[in-house]
This record gives sequence, C-alpha cells and structure tokens, in this order.
Amino acid sequence: MSEAVELGFPSLRLVPKAEGKQSAKDFKSDQEVRWCPGCGDYAILAGVQSFMPELGLAKENIVWISGIGCSSRFPYYMNTFGMHSIHGRAPAIASGLAITRPDLSVWVVTGDGDALSIGGNHLIHALRRNVNLKILLFNNRIYGLTKGQYSPTSELGKVTKSTPMGSLDQPFNPVSLALGAEATFVARTIDSDRKHLTETLRAAAEHEGTALVEIYQNCNIFNDGAWDPLKDAEHRDSLTFRLEHGQPITLVDGSRGVVRAADGSLQIADVSAVGTDALLIHDVHSEDPSVAFALSRMSDPMSLANTPIGVFRDVRRTPYDALFAEQMAAAKAGGSDDLATLLAGSDTWEIT
Amino acid sequence: MGKQTVQLDRVIIRFAGDSGDGMQLTGDQFTSRTASFGNDLSTLPDFPAEIRAPAGTIPGVSAFQLHFADHDITTAGDTPNVLVAMNPAALKANIRDIPRGADIIVNTDEFTPRNLTKVGYDTNPLEDGSLQSYAVHPIPLTSMTVEALKGIEITKKEAERAKNMFALGLLSWLYHRPTEGTVTFLKQKFAKKPEILAANITAFEAGWSYGETTEDFSVQYEVKPAVMAPGRYRNMSGNLALAYGLIAASQRAELPLFLGSYPITPASDILHELAKHKRFGVMTFQAEDEIAGIGAALGASYGGMLGVTTTSGPGVALKSETIGLAVSLELPLVIVDVQRGGPSTGLPTKTEQADLLQAMFGRNGEAPVPIVAPRSPGDCFDAAIEAVRIATTYRTPVFLLSDGYVANGSEPWSIPEVDSLPDLRVQFATEHNHTKADGTTEFWPFLRDPETLARPWAVPGTKGLEHRIGGIEKADGTGNISYDADNHEKMVRLRQAKIDGISVPDLEVDDPDGDARVLVLGWGSTYGPINAACQMSRRKGSSVAQAHLRHLNPFPANTAEVLRRYDKVVIPEMNLGQLALLIRGRFLVDAIPYNQVRGLPFRAEELAGVIKDVVASV
Ligand code: SF4
Repeated sequence: MSEAVELGFPSLRLVPKAEGKQSAKDFKSDQEVRWCPGCGDYAILAGVQSFMPELGLAKENIVWISGIGCSSRFPYYMNTFGMHSIHGRAPAIASGLAITRPDLSVWVVTGDGDALSIGGNHLIHALRRNVNLKILLFNNRIYGLTKGQYSPTSELGKVTKSTPMGSLDQPFNPVSLALGAEATFVARTIDSDRKHLTETLRAAAEHEGTALVEIYQNCNIFNDGAWDPLKDAEHRDSLTFRLEHGQPITLVDGSRGVVRAADGSLQIADVSAVGTDALLIHDVHSEDPSVAFALSRMSDPMSLANTPIGVFRDVRRTPYDALFAEQMAAAKAGGSDDLATLLAGSDTWEIT
Repeated sequence: MGKQTVQLDRVIIRFAGDSGDGMQLTGDQFTSRTASFGNDLSTLPDFPAEIRAPAGTIPGVSAFQLHFADHDITTAGDTPNVLVAMNPAALKANIRDIPRGADIIVNTDEFTPRNLTKVGYDTNPLEDGSLQSYAVHPIPLTSMTVEALKGIEITKKEAERAKNMFALGLLSWLYHRPTEGTVTFLKQKFAKKPEILAANITAFEAGWSYGETTEDFSVQYEVKPAVMAPGRYRNMSGNLALAYGLIAASQRAELPLFLGSYPITPASDILHELAKHKRFGVMTFQAEDEIAGIGAALGASYGGMLGVTTTSGPGVALKSETIGLAVSLELPLVIVDVQRGGPSTGLPTKTEQADLLQAMFGRNGEAPVPIVAPRSPGDCFDAAIEAVRIATTYRTPVFLLSDGYVANGSEPWSIPEVDSLPDLRVQFATEHNHTKADGTTEFWPFLRDPETLARPWAVPGTKGLEHRIGGIEKADGTGNISYDADNHEKMVRLRQAKIDGISVPDLEVDDPDGDARVLVLGWGSTYGPINAACQMSRRKGSSVAQAHLRHLNPFPANTAEVLRRYDKVVIPEMNLGQLALLIRGRFLVDAIPYNQVRGLPFRAEELAGVIKDVVASV
C-alpha cells in the first residue's frame, strides 16, 4: 500500500498519483461492452473514461464496485480494479473497502432498482455515514436487465409487463431521498450532456465523503425516451433549471426563476414580472438542506417540467473513514498492543 | 470459626433469581474466585431473552450454574448440589432439576402470599412440607441485607439490591472461596459510586459472617484445587476466547482484522470485545443490517484485510447471498455463527446446534464452505485461528460454528505462548502470472495454486494487476465473464475440489479400553457432556469410544476408516439429526442419532443411559 500523496482533490489526497500522463484509452478494459446498442450507458462510460485522467490517480488505486442490473456491468469495462457484486449491496461492500483503504478511490455504480429498491437500506446508510465513496446512480426509470418491469422511479401508472393496468406506487425522487438521508453531496446530471456530466463528476470527486450523482440515463429498449423532454433542443431549455453555485436559479432559457414566497416556500415566477434581484441565489454549501430539498421537489415526475440539473448540495462534514482512522490512531497511541499481555488478562493463576 | 470442614471432590451450584437480581454477576464472581483457587470448572448461564421480564414470574427467572471440582470436568453438571433461590419463581422453575437431599437456600423475604400466587403456589412450599426431602435453609436475605447496610447513605431500594452480594458472601464462606478478588472487582465496578461500593462490600461481608455465626450451617465445604497440566491459567468464556482467537490470528497473519457486524444475541459480545482492541489494528464496523455487515467485511477482505462477520442463525440466513458471492469471488472471509434455538427468532438466549445444514448447504448453487466448530469455551480460541488459517490459505469463506452454550460458558484456560501459535502469514499477488502467445505477460486472477487450488489474492493498489471479479461465472484462469457450459462445469467442480482438498487434522479416537465396539461421535459444544457420559459409562463397565469432529467440511480424511471400525455409531446432537444425515449420506454408515432441542446442553447421565443401551445391543 502506497505512500500518501497530496493531490488537488481533497477527497483523494491519500490516493497515489499516476506516474505518467493518462488518456481515456488507459481506462478501457479489454472486455467487449455488452449493453444494447444505443443504450445511454455507453455515453456515461465514455464520459467517465475521458474524465478519469483528470484525477491523475494511479489506475491500480481506483476501484469500481457495482451491484446487479444493466448499469452494474460497468466495472468490467473499466481498466482499474473492480467488483461486480450482488443486487443492492455495492454500497456496503464499498464501505468496507473504503474505510480500510484510504489509499483507494472507490466508486459505486448502481441503478434505480439496485440502489433504491433492493439496496435502499444500504444507500441511505452510506449517505448518512459519509464514507469517502462516489456513487453514480444510473436512473432509467425501468428494470432493464430483467426485461422491463417498473422501477421505484417509474412514474405512477406506468404500464409494464408486471403492471399491465399501471403501477400503483408513488415513485422515489432520488435527490429528495438522499437529502433526507443526511447526504453531504447530491447532484443530478444527464447521460447525453457530456460537458455537464464531466463537471458533475469533477464536483463529486472533489467532495470529501459520500457523493451521490443521479444520472438520467436512457434505456432505449424498455423505456425509450424517458428523459427526452430534457434532451430535445426544442423543449429542454424551458424545462430545465441549471443549478450553479452563486448564480440565480432560473430555467436555462431564463424565462422563469425561483423566488421565495411570503410563506417561505419556493415558487416559480416569470423573471420579467419579479425582476432578477428577487431570484434565489443557489448556495450548494448551505448547511440547511431545506432549500435543496425544496428544489428537488419542484419537478413534475410526469411531464419533467421544472427539473433542476446540477449540484443540489455540497457541504463539508468529516467523512466517516477519517473519523474512523482518528479513533484507530488514538487507540494505538493510548495502549499496549502486546498480544501476550492481552491473552493473559489480569486474573491468572499458576499451576506448577 | 471452628466449624467442621468437609472435603468434597466436586460441587454443582445453581444461583437462580429474578432477571433484576444480579444472578449472572453473582455467578461470574463465584466462578472467577473458583478459577483462581485452582479448581477445574464449567459454567452454564441460562437467562431469558427479555431484558427485564415481569418481576417475580417464571419467564423472568435468570440462572447461573457452576460445576467445580478437584479433577478434570467437562460439563456444567447435571444436577445441582445447591440451589440458591432468590424468590418463589426461581424455586418453582428449578426445583425439578434438584435431587433430593440437596441444599436449597431460599430468600424467605420474597415468599409473600402475593409472590406465591403469582407463580401458582397455592400454599407456601417452605411451610407445606413439600420440600421435606431437601436441606432447606430459609434465610431472610433481603431484610438481613437492609439491616446490615443501616448507616450507609443509600435508598432502601439500593440496599435491597445488594442482597445478591449477601448471598455471594454466604456461599463464598460455605465453600471456602477467596474473597479478595470480589472486593477488587467491586472497587473497580463502583469506583464512581462510593456509597454503592460500601453497600456491596458490607453486604458481601455480612453474608460471610452470617455463615460463620448461624447455626443453620454446621459445616463448611472444601474442594481442593484440581490437578491440571502445568502452566498459567485464567478463566475463559467462549465469546471472549473467540474474539481473542481472531485477534491472535490477525496478528499472526499480519493482516488487520475488520469486523463487519450487526448486533444479535448471543454473538454481540464478540463485537463488543473486538471494539475494545483497536490498538491491535482491529477495526469494528456496526453496519445497518446483517447483509451490510458481511458486505463490508467482504469489501475489506477484497482490500487485503482479514474480513470477519459475527452473527447467529437468523443473521446467517440474511448473509447467505453474500457468502455465495464470497465463494464465487474466492476471497477469505470468516463467518462466525453463534447458534441459538431456531427456527426464526426461536430461543435467542438458549443453545442449539441446528445451523449445521444451513452452514453446509444454505446457499443457491453449488457453494461449498468449510466449517469449523469449537468444542468448549477455551477451544473457541484455537477454532478461530483454524478458521482464519483455512480462509486465508484457500481464499474461501469459512464458517465458525459456535453456540450459545460454549459462547456464554466458561472454563479454566491455559494461556498459550504467542510464539507457539501458527504462522499465518500470506502472500499477496504482486506480479503477472500468465504469458500470452506473443510473449507478453498479464495477470490471471483465477489461475490456481496447483496444490491448494487457491487463486491469487490480488489487492487493489497493486500495479499491473488491475482486474475485475464478480458473481457471474468466470472463465477458468482469466476470470472473464463466461457462460460456456464446459467452463461452468469445470469451475463448479474446481471450487468443490478446492474445499474437499483442504488439509485438516485426522479425527482422533479416545478408546482407553481399546476394545470398544460402540463409537460416540459428536461435534461442537456437545463435547463436554459426551465426554462426561463416556467416562461415566466406562466407570460402570461399558467399553465405549469417543470421537469429536472439529472439521465438518471437509471431514477429516480418516473419518470413513474410523467409522468403519465400530459396530455402532451413536451421534448425539442438539438438533434433529443433522450430522447424522451427513454421516449417513457421505459414508453410508447407519448411525444412530440421539437428539434433543431443549435449549440446554445434554445431561451426561442421560447420555450415559443411551450409551449403555447401545453397548448392550451389540
Ligand atoms: S436494457 Fe436498457 S439499460 Fe439495459 S443495456 Fe439495454 S438499453 Fe441499456
């Protein structure tokens, strides 16, 4: 295990640096990628592979851990260390690895079923614990690998093979869930927007602690076009809020913005009517998560109108693994580690 | 003072009272003094799952049995010579186990009409003659304690609570136990509460003086120290020994120990113990659930730690899928199952051995996992080291099957020399292990050691060894995803062959007469009762052999040969015949199962009866 190296990325300061310059190609494994042609996962994979060199980390100190589902095949395609584990459990496995190995950069890839259904418990506890993990949640609002059942993010009334008359359960909003689970970093991006994807990955990598990045991903086989309103040139700018720290929160086309109403709630208003000074300024570092939460509730799960994209929250709280290491160090400084003394205890007798 | 002292070779005492009466602490203290006095001993705590069941009721009775002797003993004893009953419920719950003629010390203060009615006594057993055939010592323990504590600034309730120390003082006098250790213990425990400390010490001393002065006890007893192998000893409980075994193994393997665990009775004490030893590099992680506990442990193993998870039967059920993943990934992992009564929640505080088949087969697919089972509290130490040896050498999850009886019981333990412990150091993979046709080299994560069939342990951070592993079937050698039929057949058989080929010590047979035709075969915590039963049988003229399995998967290589040497094989188990099923299936031996699931260990006498019948039939 290598020496700690100081890097620009505080969360990765203990991870050794790469020796030479890296390129996206260095992160491509020799395995044939087996997602359906046209799947949004390809774009995310390419985005991640081209972003990785920016971290400048020794490749062997990067680990990708996934659960089960289409997205969870991701580690096979990264030429780093990787584990394709079992359904929903990746955050737990990754926590054990990240806590014990601060010299690793540990990434989790999961999907809406993997993270929010079968693995919901592990996700919320990973978030509140704040272990130094980066979790990429590919949300396609459907079960792909099992061939098209509704998922915990599918819109109410979703007609699928398992719900011929429409689904009956209210979907989760992963961002709201994460904020409620004490997450210190929560962001959302889109598979097809390489620039925004890269910016978001960078912000997540810089964050110390658990970072959750929800990535809207298209499953062109079982739920094609689920995010199309946010992608097509005609509508996207009037549906999407681009969250940028220190900037007023407005739709991309600038027509409408977020203001605070008299009762304290957030409201969407015509910018021309309220004026730019009235607009709420986005503050990712706000300790109080209520504005971030209110922003996460603005979007309509059916029409996708008013969907915020970007970093919702990025606050500093000492990560679990750092606190863990502190306790270990304090204990080591404070007592004997002589095994014979331990085994003997204090109350012994001799037989001759 | 001046009372007559009677020599005894062994004594069995049972302390019984309400859950809130401090019986476990009383028993523990008596045990510690007995251990340091040099007797051989064995203990059996028996307490309800509820933290405080309704006071004065039968379900609320908590008991602690201690057997100590001037010779080698292996069980906590069948029938107590002395019962200390702190209330009517304790008397009622235990009287059926007490042989006639035994001493019964009762706290008369609690034998009020209301308390008697509560447990269904129509008349007071202390007065209606129903205890005539016992030596009953009626003592107003509570009021005498309160009286003795007059002048100490505490509430009446606090004074009453010290009555267990009065009882301990009396028993300590009765059996000539040293007092110093108890006083030291109390001083530590109540260092911050001087009044409570004074109350406890005063009550303890008052109990002792009461024994000396009362006419109720005309004799004192003495049990001479036992003859034991030379060495330094301490008293050791199973869960503590298991925790120490894991720490020792981690030190000898030079691998930091990582425990991922979720609290569950009766395994939590291992988590508590390990949490204290961070200075040995022991990392403990209380996870959100059983699955995350083992998941984190597996993640740590992947990173080159000694990954361990501790649980009981219900937790194993939840961990099954991850154990299967560990089988598939071929990474070291130790799964400690402190078995308890099942199914489902079952009997959390009672013992049972009914997880053997769960450990053996409780996973989807062909997923063999080695199994090691300790035979006594102290043996948990060695069994833990053995489990780690197998896990790290063969890169496999290993079950360590303890149970509530060995976990909570205690016995004198000969403290081992650290240098005598096995060297468990392992070699991580550091370089490429395969040469391609073009002469370049690469790393194959599933290229096996020809001898052990273990795959390389290549931890993240090792340059040039980047590779991916997963629960999908892997191609032999490269480890790449493979759905190929022949490859799957090969991999399934390779994983099985690796486990079957684990080298384990031969099964030893104890047959002092050399002419036994009946073998009693056991595993795990039944060792003590089986051993005592065999000795009893031999004293009565029946020739019988005993063999005890520590390794249940794989079985020792000589198992078939041992089994075939005997006309009859009896298998006593605290389940409905799980080892018997394996033995019959594996070795075609018509074993005779003898089974009990009462949440308590076997009684040696009863087993001796079974042995007698079988010996008579051959
Ligand atoms: S099923 Fe959907 S999510 Fe899965 S690989 Fe195909 S397109 Fe992608």
